Amino acid sequence: MDDFRNKGNKPTKTGFGEGLAFAGEIVKELVCLGADITASVGMNYFSEKFPDRFISLGIAEQNCAAVAAGLALAGKIPVFSTYGVFAAQRATDQIRVSICYNKLHVIIGGAHAGISVGPDGATHQALEDIATMRVLPNMTVLSPCDATQTRLAIIAAIRELNGPVYIRFGREPVPDFTTDDQDFTVGKAQLLKGGEDLTIIACGHMVWEAIRAAEILETENIRAAVINMHTIKPIHKEAIIGAAQHTGAILTAEEHQVIGGLGGAVAEVLGQYFPVPLEMVGMQDCFGESGKPEELMKKYGLDAFGIVRSAMKLIERKENI
Amino acid sequence: MNDLLQISKKIRISVVESLTAAGSGHLGGSLGMADIFTILYFNTLNHNPKNPDWSERDRLILSIGHIAPVLYASLAHSGYFPVEDLVTLRKLGSKLQGHPCKDSELPGIEVSSGSLGQGLSISVGLALAAKMDKKDWKTYCILGDGELQEGSVWEAAMSAAHHKLNKLIAIVDRNNCQIDGKTKDVMELEPLSEKWKAFGWNVIECDGNNLEQLLKVFNELIPVNNKPSVLIAKTKMGKGIKSIEDDYHWHGKVPSKENMKEFILELNS
Repeated sequence: MDDFRNKGNKPTKTGFGEGLAFAGEIVKELVCLGADITASVGMNYFSEKFPDRFISLGIAEQNCAAVAAGLALAGKIPVFSTYGVFAAQRATDQIRVSICYNKLHVIIGGAHAGISVGPDGATHQALEDIATMRVLPNMTVLSPCDATQTRLAIIAAIRELNGPVYIRFGREPVPDFTTDDQDFTVGKAQLLKGGEDLTIIACGHMVWEAIRAAEILETENIRAAVINMHTIKPIHKEAIIGAAQHTGAILTAEEHQVIGGLGGAVAEVLGQYFPVPLEMVGMQDCFGESGKPEELMKKYGLDAFGIVRSAMKLIERKENI
Repeated sequence: MNDLLQISKKIRISVVESLTAAGSGHLGGSLGMADIFTILYFNTLNHNPKNPDWSERDRLILSIGHIAPVLYASLAHSGYFPVEDLVTLRKLGSKLQGHPCKDSELPGIEVSSGSLGQGLSISVGLALAAKMDKKDWKTYCILGDGELQEGSVWEAAMSAAHHKLNKLIAIVDRNNCQIDGKTKDVMELEPLSEKWKAFGWNVIECDGNNLEQLLKVFNELIPVNNKPSVLIAKTKMGKGIKSIEDDYHWHGKVPSKENMKEFILELNS
């Protein structure tokens, strides 16, 4: 299998901040909106460099989302970011009507995505944001896998896309393993590893766990392919159908509710085009709780071992067809 | 002044005709705001109906999307699109959606609206962009009084004052009515002027159905003290048709064909 080298642990929010600071040099229309937790979401990289293009709006997410719409109407490219729970859910109606219905190029950064936020507990762990954002017409939803990819994804969202974008990222330092020269294209899944027995389709932090799980499975003579589905919407249908045809079994892995999340999105494609046995690793319709990130990932099965357990079950189902 | 009076009559008649043709929609508020729309589109706004996307135009954001009929009538009579199109309101395939739709590409529509409490925030975004780019154009935002019960309006109000957006002008349609009844019974808004003042706004109160007074107010409205301005315009729901004036039952009601004839006769008199 290809080697994936961890260049060092780094939070994906740092990739978000670095991407904003880089894009700010090139894209003069770029403006960033802060909702009181500017540094906490990585936006300080931009606000310190371009203070005239940073707008503080306080703890008022609904206003923030619709102000972004107004800025976009006037030709700016606004990025607003706060914790994913608030960005995606406190302001959902504003995102639906003011941003999506108007097809405006507004980028929403959902920080602290997933259960790995840890000790803050359930209120601050964004576990439903993919679901609420991907159901909205015109919306693009991105869940990059590491800091490098998050940087490339936010730059692509600013420079290459032209409509509403929701991008989620985390707080915890996680392995930064993708390369600067990778082929990152919105809507195009990355096949990280080939395999014959099953395909693990993962997004966000779970991609690294999926790679580790594939290594463990290999010791059991189970050959798992790994796909990084960094774009949840528009979902790369052909990649999913191709994987189902090739390996006959699909496992999804995400730091999010499986209902409506990546699992749900993949199930929609499989159900319509090529049904094969499917297992979904993710939050199983429940809230999170306080704890250390790694403790929580383990408890809720959101790590390599959780993926391996589900993979064994999946292989058994596949063989019993 | 007589010209403006004639225009306001035409707009009211178009509102009645288009809503009768549609068979559903909001008559009361549309008629109540006809005078303000007359002044805005035929006196105050710096705009060009032949070039709706002109970058230096003033922006008008209709936060209360449900009074779309009066916006559509004002745009048509200004020359944005043919007056005959008004009777396609709310029909399948029409650009005149029940609530304004930017994506319909109806000339003159700045933004889709209809979910209450969002227009002032959008206007803040526009005014911020104009301020950043040192532009002179103004942003006008039309709000309903019932709409002020949405908390997000006050988030927007706070941010407009914080960012000293003196080229932002909000207009509150103070007709005291909402669907369930009088605003004072549904959810009290008073003391309304004091609320806006406390949020850091320059507040002007006026009779929203008196063309002469409105003309004076808008012509003399000079940005002051780096503050945004709000005009609390006292209007009558259903203004122009005596039998329905101030009756909240006409918030979301439309005339029958029979009604229409009587109403137009009265508006023409």
